[in-house]
Amino acid sequence: MNEVAAALAVAFALAGVGAAAGWAVPARGRSTVAGAATAGVGAAGAAAGLAAVSGTGWQGHLPDLLPLAGVTLSVDALAGWFLLLVGGVAVVVGVYTVGYAGRGGHGPASRTALAVLPVFVAAMLLVPAAGSVSTFLLGWELMAVTSLLLVLAEHRHSPAARTAGLWYAAMTQAGFVAVLVGLAWLAAAAGGESFAAIRAAGPELSPVVSGGVFLLCLAGFASKAGAVPLHPWLPRAHAEAPSHVSALMSAAMVKLGVYGIVRVGFDLLGGGQRWWWLLLGAFGVVSALYGILQAAVATDLKRLLAFSTSENVGLILLGLAAAGLWTDAGEHAAAGVALAAALLHAANHAGFKTLLFCGAGSVLRATGTRDLDELGGLSRRMPATTLLFTVGALGAAALPPGNGFVSEWLLLQALLHRAPEAGMVVTVAAPVAVAVVALTAGVGVATYVKALGTGFLARPRSSAAEQAVESPRGMLAGMGLAALACAGLAVAPAVAAPALDRIAGGLRTGIAPLGGSGVDVRLSGIASTISPLWIGVGVVGLAVGFAGAARAVGRARRRAAAWDCGDGPLTARMEYTATSFAEPLQRVFDNVLAPEQDVDVTHPSESAYLVRSVQYRRRLPDRIEARLYQPMVTAVDRVGRAARGLATGSVHRYLAYMLAALIAVLVAGVIR
Amino acid sequence: MIAWITAVAQAVLVAAVAPLLIGFMRAVRARLEGRAGGRLVQPWRDLRKLLRKEPIIPADAGMIFTAAPLVLMATSVLVAAAAPYLSTGGPLSGVADLIVVVGLLLLGTVALALAGLDTGTAFGGMGASREMTIAALVEPTLLLAVFALSTRVGSTDLGAIVAAGAADPAAVFTPASALAAAALAIATLAEAGRLPVDNPATHLELTMVHEAMVLEYAGRDLALVEWASAMRLTILLGLLANLFIPWGVASSPHPAALAVGAAVFVVKLAVLGGLLAAGEVFVAKLRLFRVPELLAGSFVLGLLAVVASAVLA
Repeated sequence: MNEVAAALAVAFALAGVGAAAGWAVPARGRSTVAGAATAGVGAAGAAAGLAAVSGTGWQGHLPDLLPLAGVTLSVDALAGWFLLLVGGVAVVVGVYTVGYAGRGGHGPASRTALAVLPVFVAAMLLVPAAGSVSTFLLGWELMAVTSLLLVLAEHRHSPAARTAGLWYAAMTQAGFVAVLVGLAWLAAAAGGESFAAIRAAGPELSPVVSGGVFLLCLAGFASKAGAVPLHPWLPRAHAEAPSHVSALMSAAMVKLGVYGIVRVGFDLLGGGQRWWWLLLGAFGVVSALYGILQAAVATDLKRLLAFSTSENVGLILLGLAAAGLWTDAGEHAAAGVALAAALLHAANHAGFKTLLFCGAGSVLRATGTRDLDELGGLSRRMPATTLLFTVGALGAAALPPGNGFVSEWLLLQALLHRAPEAGMVVTVAAPVAVAVVALTAGVGVATYVKALGTGFLARPRSSAAEQAVESPRGMLAGMGLAALACAGLAVAPAVAAPALDRIAGGLRTGIAPLGGSGVDVRLSGIASTISPLWIGVGVVGLAVGFAGAARAVGRARRRAAAWDCGDGPLTARMEYTATSFAEPLQRVFDNVLAPEQDVDVTHPSESAYLVRSVQYRRRLPDRIEARLYQPMVTAVDRVGRAARGLATGSVHRYLAYMLAALIAVLVAGVIR
Repeated sequence: MIAWITAVAQAVLVAAVAPLLIGFMRAVRARLEGRAGGRLVQPWRDLRKLLRKEPIIPADAGMIFTAAPLVLMATSVLVAAAAPYLSTGGPLSGVADLIVVVGLLLLGTVALALAGLDTGTAFGGMGASREMTIAALVEPTLLLAVFALSTRVGSTDLGAIVAAGAADPAAVFTPASALAAAALAIATLAEAGRLPVDNPATHLELTMVHEAMVLEYAGRDLALVEWASAMRLTILLGLLANLFIPWGVASSPHPAALAVGAAVFVVKLAVLGGLLAAGEVFVAKLRLFRVPELLAGSFVLGLLAVVASAVLA
């Protein structure tokens, strides 16, 4: 039996068993069972993915499993990459869940919240494994429904979770409709619903059909990926869901939107036209910039991480757009590098974002708050969590020797590639994209310095942060696994090179973008190299060397009070908070962020020149949501109210509606 | 083997010259302001004094505070060893990449910013916040300049860029190159914390950026920070010199060529440092919220450089 098939069978079977067991087992052992099942499903999925990216493809048709179309599975290298990604994240989250949701834990321990977890992972494995439109849509919808249940896990305690669930449900269903219409149209035009049939007919479709299909699918997939302006569900759902669910959603589920774009755009439709990729690039640019600016000024740790997800998705989409544009221009080497950059960044983001969301969950469990202004001083009380969070932040800030740096370097290499024949639009777009990536990277660094510096370092600014205790071993073990994966990707990204070469080769670019990579990452067609191993060894080795030398020469350290300007002891209230840290950036980007600030000064009755108290309030609403979505919500609301007049309660009237509808259908049928 | 010796020699040279460069710039400045000024080796003496003193750390500081000077020093030394200062054929070509160098220098900045926050004082946070804001805004300029420079040779490898420039002088004196040089010069001022972005001589809370972050350091920790900061200035000026005046950098690992390369490198540094010090006499520090305007200006220069390199090529 084929390895991929066997591993997938194990994964789906385990998901079923895990769900049943999670339902049946009493509350005491429930989190252990559900966590183990989730990790098992993840491990099996990762094994399938690993086999697939190593060149073992598999196709299978199970006609009896579902009526009408049956279930078609088809796993190639591209699908394998995402199976591996989802599986890896699920293993980490499964291990973490055991401690997080268990006894004395913080996460929800209800039956539904735990039993659904392995099913959600299985649904996420089904999406890349699908080999036909109907199977894909089945997996997509199953993934949406199960994740919605998980987002709503804490709905009893938090009204914000209910709002988040509503936004998520509305947007994910709207996205599903877009994908459904798009793929159904594609299947109808191609004359078959299996991906193989569509792939064969894809390039011959008329530009109107393929363009329309691409637009519809892009809308659905980009909204699932959290690309701005289709993002409003994401900061809400990621912030309000339990942290292990946030990790699964942000690290794995969001990537399946990226998978959808690659599968439909590059594979099924076979490349397409230049305007598709310019549009996708615009999505990427807007997501990256807007996401990171919102993250930079966010004070809620999980909201910050959520907006950073939008930013990273923006960078991935930018890479895909570059791949499409370079393919269109005939620059296959650069296209391959751009595609590799996008896929590698997807994997890197999965690694560090799992780690960061799990870290945020540990903080939430220890202190009960996500507000960075209220945190601080955790590095003394939670040293292991702080260290692990630092590893994740290093990757997320795209600093060497973190794992995010390598993929951003690849992305920049692809964008820096120059092709004078590619035309004016590309010549102008490429430097703009480089500048956007650079600004995003710069603000991203500031964002993670803020998250780490004000959240974990210095002194505690609230009693909750003062009483924080380190997380149990299970949670640390889960985060440790993620940190190991990050370190591996950071130091030896070249191990992914054969897989990326195989994927790029399968997508008609016919190029092995990272061919010849060993310790150094070498690109085909671009003369730049990077050696992540040397960077890591150099920085760490030199720092350790200097530490030893400094200790040998100098005297022992002594602790003393910090400089307080001679005015009594410093209190934690005098520290810089997350809000004050981001204030200069907020001021620089005032026009984009449009903060609402109020300063109320009250004076004593004796004199208007004295000040009794000053009150400062600041709100940073999501501007796109306020401008774009609020009017839409209001309009829908109004239409809904107006439609009440149609339903008066009279049976005669309803019968008349039915008759009218029947006539309309008949007339439509006759005309056709 | 000889390539590795060159790399070590480069790192040692930069480490040795860096404090002297600071002393030279102070001397130039003092002379132009009509003061006697200190000796050239005064920064070295300061370092020796600091290394002997007892390091005192704030009561609330954690691990990151003590690790930051080491990370800062490690990144500086790594860049000094890898980048083409004496020879273009370094052994660490995978580190001598413009983007990697930018990233490594940023890592040093981040380490200090975290240390500033870790002190738990208002000064530390203030410095960190300001430094990260400036660093975030400098990035686009830096990478656009990288774009303009890399299109010339189709690679971001520093050795390749310098070697190509030395081989083909006509490619260096182009409008794109001049614009990129101007953009990179402004970015260098911001990265190195020089006037008009930051004043390394100030300790006034309204104006401090870099000094506010490192206020709590003492003893050997402060010595490492000061030394590494001097090395960063040397590294940046050296890059600026070798990217836009690429002559004198050895293309072969011959000892004589390396010796000539070292001499030329020191002369270039002295000229650039002298110019920078002389310029600093005539400008005042900008208000913090005027700095973005300066950086936006440098960004426009970088964009023009890229457009010029695409259109005029």
